[in-house]
Amino acid sequence: MILGRWEGFMATGYTIKRNQYFDSVFLMQVAKRLSEEPGIEQVAALMGTEKNKGLLAEIGFENAEISSAAANDLIIALKGKSPSTIEVILENLDAWLFRKPVGVSKAVSRTLDEALARQPHANLAVVSLPGEYAAREARRALERGLNVFLFSSNVPVEDELSLKQYARERGLIVMGPDCGTAIIAGVGIGFANVVRPGPIGVIGSTGTGLQEFTSLVHQGGSGISHAIGTGSGDLSDATIGGISTLSALEALEADPQTNVVAVLSKPPGAKTLPLLVERLNRCRKPVVACFLGIGKYPSENDIGFETARTLDEAAALATQLAPGKPVVRTGVGSQEVQALVAKERAGMAPEQKYIRGIFAGGTFCYQAQQVMREAGLVVYSNAPLDGMLSLADPLRSEAHTLVDMGAEMFTEGRPHPMIDATLRRERILAEAQHPQVAVLLLDFILGYNASPDPVGDLLETIAEAKSTASQRGGYLSVVASMCGTEADPQNLREQTRALEEGGVVVLPSSAQTALFSRTLALSL
Amino acid sequence: MKTKLEELLQNGPVVISLGVREFAESLQDQGVEVVHVDWSPPAGGDAEMAELLDKLL
Repeated sequence: MILGRWEGFMATGYTIKRNQYFDSVFLMQVAKRLSEEPGIEQVAALMGTEKNKGLLAEIGFENAEISSAAANDLIIALKGKSPSTIEVILENLDAWLFRKPVGVSKAVSRTLDEALARQPHANLAVVSLPGEYAAREARRALERGLNVFLFSSNVPVEDELSLKQYARERGLIVMGPDCGTAIIAGVGIGFANVVRPGPIGVIGSTGTGLQEFTSLVHQGGSGISHAIGTGSGDLSDATIGGISTLSALEALEADPQTNVVAVLSKPPGAKTLPLLVERLNRCRKPVVACFLGIGKYPSENDIGFETARTLDEAAALATQLAPGKPVVRTGVGSQEVQALVAKERAGMAPEQKYIRGIFAGGTFCYQAQQVMREAGLVVYSNAPLDGMLSLADPLRSEAHTLVDMGAEMFTEGRPHPMIDATLRRERILAEAQHPQVAVLLLDFILGYNASPDPVGDLLETIAEAKSTASQRGGYLSVVASMCGTEADPQNLREQTRALEEGGVVVLPSSAQTALFSRTLALSL
Repeated sequence: MKTKLEELLQNGPVVISLGVREFAESLQDQGVEVVHVDWSPPAGGDAEMAELLDKLL
């Protein structure tokens, strides 16, 4: 523990705990709790990676000892009003870092093999380690006959290919890398919503896409047998060639609970697409495919399955094909949209014309671009769809801009925006400073492992952004979608009500918010 | 014969979790049998060294 370095009126202190690994979600919670302590002004709780040591240097923590910390050393750094406050915390750090044991066995397992000895019937490894170590543990799990849900990103493509080939040869699957969501036999894994069991099986290379689809199927009165994530790269790169997608498809074809199969993805790679189309044509069960942003199928006459442009359409088509009677939902009618548009634009100043979408869900950012493109609106993005423009600086919006805040540059070393709203808050306030901004387009994602109160995380920020615009004599329209169900832990109804009371237009899906924002922007 | 993936779908998951603890906790809350590994980086955090050890052992 190093104490008593004074910078002006600020006391600082830090400690390094060697060989103790903590994940970034837990460390975010520790930092939050510590920052709520009286007299504490700033907290950093980070593993000693090079990137994190750079962040520490930026806030004034830089010396030889900190430089010597490695990726498995925890660094806690504090700034506060007095050295004694900091000293008390650093001396009692173990209490702050205490975590109750998880799992059927109360004994601590330090390796996969120790855990397997305690759980010999395990059939799935859920791996969410830093990318550089993830492939190694995933391979071990496969070698021991376990399927793998690989949440980690930054896994080299050669490792992804070799893991997936190894798995496929043995009748196993690797869901991922970069797989956020799965629902297996009613169990939500990673970021997943609580949905009704039912006849629709879905395969997706997009985590938020799976969440939106499964939630919309639930809202439509049907249910989900399984939702199998494949990882963002499974279909996009010809070297992977859809290995996990094909394994998932075969398994859903064989699964007695599944009557209809849906496949969700960004456009598959040029070589993979015809192979996938051919395989989907041969599927023994009805298929709905939604390749967001796709221009054209290879030979449209040969498509023997249903295709959907948006996740909403995919969910509706799958629900219609499934046994049982779908619930007819009354969406927002066109007259209602026109009335809402008129109401939202009424208070705007003449210079207000641009949409700024600040998304937690990458797929929502992508789908919104597609909706804009269909009306000829050109937008900037840090993750541009074909025909859209790339932001020169992802931190600065231009004209119409849709930002994926879950992109790697925003998430390295910190939790995803579905958990940690800090960067979204900052970005929303930055957008509100621009007099030309008319519409703020947002998404809120509920479900297991998402923030316990996603709306509460942003509500004050939204009010501040609206107030900034009104002080200028304008009106900021805030439009938001809510991905989730009434069975999710966050209470969908309360979340929606809180947003509506904050003056936000809440629509039932992300595609609908994109469409509404488009209509509004085109009317300005 | 069923593949291991088909068995997973039919029987539901029994999980070993490595990494984010919340993932294990949310599975446990859903009544899933799960063991969480209190993982730490191998060979003092050196990925290359770990790979070398894997090959030797």
